[in-house]
Amino acid sequence: MRLSVVDTERCIGCQNCMFACTRKDGVAGIGRTRIHVRSVGGMERGFKIIVCRACHDPPCAKVCPSEALATRPDGGVRLIQEKCNGCGHCRDACILGAVSWDDEKGKPMICLQCGYCAKYCPHGVLALEKGREDATPPDDGTTVSCGSGGDGK
Amino acid sequence: MNPKDPLSRVLYIDLTRQSFDIRDREDLFNRHLGGAGVAIELLHEECPQGADPLGPDNPIIFAAGPLTGLFPLASKTVAMFKSPLTGNLGESHAGGRSAVSIRNAGFGALVIKGTSAGPAYIAIHGQKVNFRDATSLWGMRSSYTVGRIILEREEGAGIRTLMRIGRAGERLVSYAGVTTETYRHFGRLGLGAVFGSKKLKAVVISGEAPLPVGDGYSAIYDEIYGAAVNSPVMKKYHDLGTAENVVPLNAIGGLPTRNLSSGRFEGADNISGEKLAEMHLGRRLACSHCPVGCVHIAALKEPYENEPYFRKTTMISYDYELIFSLGTMLGISDAEAMLKLMDTVEILGVDAMSAGVTLAWATEALGKGVVTQEQTLVPLAWGNAAAYGAAIGHIVDGTNDFYRALGKGVEYASSKYGGLEFAMAFGGNEMPGYHTGPGAALSFLMGSRHSHLDSGGYSIDQKSPGKSPEDLAAALVEDERWRQVLSSLTICFFARNLYTPEIIVRALAAAGFKTTIDELKALGKDILKRKYEFKLREGFDPEKLRIPARAMETPALGGKLDEKYLRRAISCYCALLK
Repeated sequence: MRLSVVDTERCIGCQNCMFACTRKDGVAGIGRTRIHVRSVGGMERGFKIIVCRACHDPPCAKVCPSEALATRPDGGVRLIQEKCNGCGHCRDACILGAVSWDDEKGKPMICLQCGYCAKYCPHGVLALEKGREDATPPDDGTTVSCGSGGDGK
Repeated sequence: MNPKDPLSRVLYIDLTRQSFDIRDREDLFNRHLGGAGVAIELLHEECPQGADPLGPDNPIIFAAGPLTGLFPLASKTVAMFKSPLTGNLGESHAGGRSAVSIRNAGFGALVIKGTSAGPAYIAIHGQKVNFRDATSLWGMRSSYTVGRIILEREEGAGIRTLMRIGRAGERLVSYAGVTTETYRHFGRLGLGAVFGSKKLKAVVISGEAPLPVGDGYSAIYDEIYGAAVNSPVMKKYHDLGTAENVVPLNAIGGLPTRNLSSGRFEGADNISGEKLAEMHLGRRLACSHCPVGCVHIAALKEPYENEPYFRKTTMISYDYELIFSLGTMLGISDAEAMLKLMDTVEILGVDAMSAGVTLAWATEALGKGVVTQEQTLVPLAWGNAAAYGAAIGHIVDGTNDFYRALGKGVEYASSKYGGLEFAMAFGGNEMPGYHTGPGAALSFLMGSRHSHLDSGGYSIDQKSPGKSPEDLAAALVEDERWRQVLSSLTICFFARNLYTPEIIVRALAAAGFKTTIDELKALGKDILKRKYEFKLREGFDPEKLRIPARAMETPALGGKLDEKYLRRAISCYCALLK
């Protein structure tokens, strides 16, 4: 299963996904979120959703010097905390900006494609879908999973 | 409260010295929760009696609440200050990202005092507080541009709030507002002028502090969230927004039109929520942590005069109160002209309601010969949106004595020039868009903010009219007291029926506050009392309240209002506040 950004045009910027992701860590607020909602140059122009798109050959894992990012069969990675040295190369390697950072621990926070955020998206922007192989993503990147949607129209 | 919660940390900023300190005020938050409850205590502490509203001693207080960041629809910030418009309690609420950002930065409240030597803005990122030079932003024509520049320079994209003033605030227009996130406002009672008097152009706040929660958090969260997304009321606010009120209020004759010479507007259908959604709705936006998204933005396309095939698209936020104040009150039934007027108000940073109501008085005053066109400079006339746009510019520029008087509000202008009988202010604050009957009127007169949101008077007028003055006052006071609890928790009033007393007690338990419904009710009573103490201290006199003659001449739902009835209700209201 992987997270899909279905339609950024329907996003109202409520950030409920960010609050949901933070709640998964047992705290409130948005300080622990792995999904980010930002305006595209003013809220009136709409929003982009920045979240891991579960790459099959993830650049973040390739640059990890300590093999702390284990690839997952469905795509994406899992962080092995004890192996991570906090170098931050993974963050630099992700051109979507989807590797979030835990300032307290000095380590990355990685989206696990759990879909908890999608459960709290009230307007159908996010969905949890079966693996990418089940669908052929169109090139414009606005209707199927996309790390940073709404920018390809 | 939860000892790990940063809620009780209050950031005190001194603009004169460009210094700050952080104090733990668990004493305040434990007793008064947050929001309005904490803000009124801070105002009592920080604002000396008789302080000049535009002087360095007048504090600006912003407070979030214990549920902010933890639960949906608790994302309002309460601002308190001494109002330059009424001279007593200034209280204004706004959402956007403001409250959540204050919480995420690791604070429960901010107190800003002093006056900067030159134009400045404050950037708060977590525990870092920076004073930035805003000289290059001062006097800038459009508040939109100011916002873009600051956001470009500051960190925290997506997790920050930007509160800012326009030129109206710089020029100390008594009803200048503060805009947050471009489309939300601390609109009423002149907070923008207080910013301007401190040479404070903006405040930007961001942070990522995790907020601790207690047992049962997830369950109560899901209950509140589920109720919010399934509620028909919330659907109403999502679909059409507050603009939905235009048609029903017009149908019952409660839609103030042409300076309240009527309660019905023949052009209402052209500027209704339905029509605006059909013709212009371009985007809906939400405050942080609100699944509803009541903010409605029109996309106005205008052709460039000398460029064929090219149009400028302007995104303009509209709400019921703006449709009333810049539409029906001014006799404007052309939706595009009305939207442009809303944009002018946004660019300059005046409170739309006070501006519209003041101009409605000026129009009637000109028509009746109370003032002349030499004074008004432009031919103010019902429906003449271009003249109104120019007039708002004159108010902000303070072009002549007349416009400088208009910039101090309709109470001041009509006291100076005449026409008090049709100057539509209550307690010195320009009226909101509800002419429903004695409930609304009593709420405007005696509510602590002189607002229709102080209590559900307008709702009582429609649902259970015919109360005695004693019963009406009792019902409004009870409602206003409970609303103090809601605004101490900074719960959006649109969600007041979702957040039942029982749910609030459980949500507070998950936030680390052990309380009961009775204790909350007692707190609401106490907060309202404290607000009135401040108002009375600063010269508010219920016995001298002016009831505009026009409000009694134009029939409301139950017929004409009766002054004797209202006076009796006012004295009952006062007795209940003691």
